[in-house]
Amino acid sequence: MNTAHEESARRFEVDARGLSCPQPVLETRKALTGRAAGEGTILVDTVTSRENVSRFARNQGWNVSWEESADGGFRVLLSK
Amino acid sequence: MRSLDKLLLSRLGPVLAGGVAGVLAALLVTWGNPGNMGICVACFTRDISGALGLHRAAVVQYLRPEIAGLVLGAFGSALLFREFRPRSGSSPLVRFFLGFFAMVGALVFLGCPWRAYLRLAGGDWTAIAGIAGLSAGIGIGIGFLWKGFSLGKNSKNLHAAGYLMPLAAVAIMVLLVMAPLFGRDAQGTPVGPIFFSEKGPGSQHALLAVSLAVGLAVGWLAQRSRFCTVGALRDLFMLRDGHLFFGVLAFVLAAFATNLALGQFKPGFEGQPVAHTNHLWNFLGMTLAGLAFTLAGGCPGRQLILSGEGDGDAGVFVLGMLVGAGFAHNFSLASSAAGPSPYGPTAVTIGLVFCLAAGFLMRERLD
Repeated sequence: MNTAHEESARRFEVDARGLSCPQPVLETRKALTGRAAGEGTILVDTVTSRENVSRFARNQGWNVSWEESADGGFRVLLSK
Repeated sequence: MRSLDKLLLSRLGPVLAGGVAGVLAALLVTWGNPGNMGICVACFTRDISGALGLHRAAVVQYLRPEIAGLVLGAFGSALLFREFRPRSGSSPLVRFFLGFFAMVGALVFLGCPWRAYLRLAGGDWTAIAGIAGLSAGIGIGIGFLWKGFSLGKNSKNLHAAGYLMPLAAVAIMVLLVMAPLFGRDAQGTPVGPIFFSEKGPGSQHALLAVSLAVGLAVGWLAQRSRFCTVGALRDLFMLRDGHLFFGVLAFVLAAFATNLALGQFKPGFEGQPVAHTNHLWNFLGMTLAGLAFTLAGGCPGRQLILSGEGDGDAGVFVLGMLVGAGFAHNFSLASSAAGPSPYGPTAVTIGLVFCLAAGFLMRERLD
């Protein structure tokens, strides 16, 4: 039970699709604040947001990769 | 080509885009544009507004190809690199009025952020109060962003909707080339529908093809690098991320060096081209513009670029600027070289009240 709870606490997801600059980064920042480690997904819908979120997360020491999602947007994958 | 694009997408991208835009902006003055106004998104949108008859200030009417070029350059680049994503629906009416008041503020100062930096690069020290005001406006906007300000999410649009602003840019070019004239009145003055200044800043322009080519090139560079004169300070203050700021620095330094080489650097406060020396209203005009741009997510150049990428909300912001320019001259709100008009300060105050109200009220998350 405990392990499943910890596992869900490790995982996070932010839906930043459709938001103007710099809100996708601010939403990401909010999700990362106080989180020493974990695995998360940030959903964005423009290449600019993908780059901005990726750059911010990398600067915070997170590993960043991304994949295209079915709706034409991107899933930015963060891990630490 | 691929390595150039890689460079534009890197942290050095805004520096490259800003540097090239700075050189070209200074050159455009040599080639015929008004002083320290190689590229000014606010002034040129105002000139287009006048050329379309939305205001009748006879000295500021011309269909500026640079504006059409910025939109079309971004459009071409977005199509080529698969970044054309039609979208809209994030508080369009609020954005319209943000564009409207941003233009009012910019025309009290007499320039958008791009021109504020170009004025500085030409030795116009009255720009310093404007840039300080711009920073203050961005600072207030940042405060609202920290408190959760949001205009809400946009949604995906059909491709057809995304073509509208690029088509409007094409229409401007067609009207410029065709220059339709429906006749003259008894004094021999053209009755429109398109008006062209015969004297004043509106009559000063580079060759059409040159202006368009510069607009296209800068539009492409700015689309790839995300160059933004408001995002530059916002990201620096808010996120300690200076990569857009270095782009603005490159823009100023490149324009300064080019002005120096061409003998266009004339330092001083007095007698600067299309500028006035009322520091208070230079400051407050740009405070309003900076706040409105920050709440809308980017500087006027960036709004043009986004509208070329298919962002309908940015297109609405641009239309707000176009209409705001009409009002700014019809209601005598815009400044002149003599200083602010008697009505400009009231309009700036109303604009600040609107932006502050938007900042306080538009906080709810709309997911």
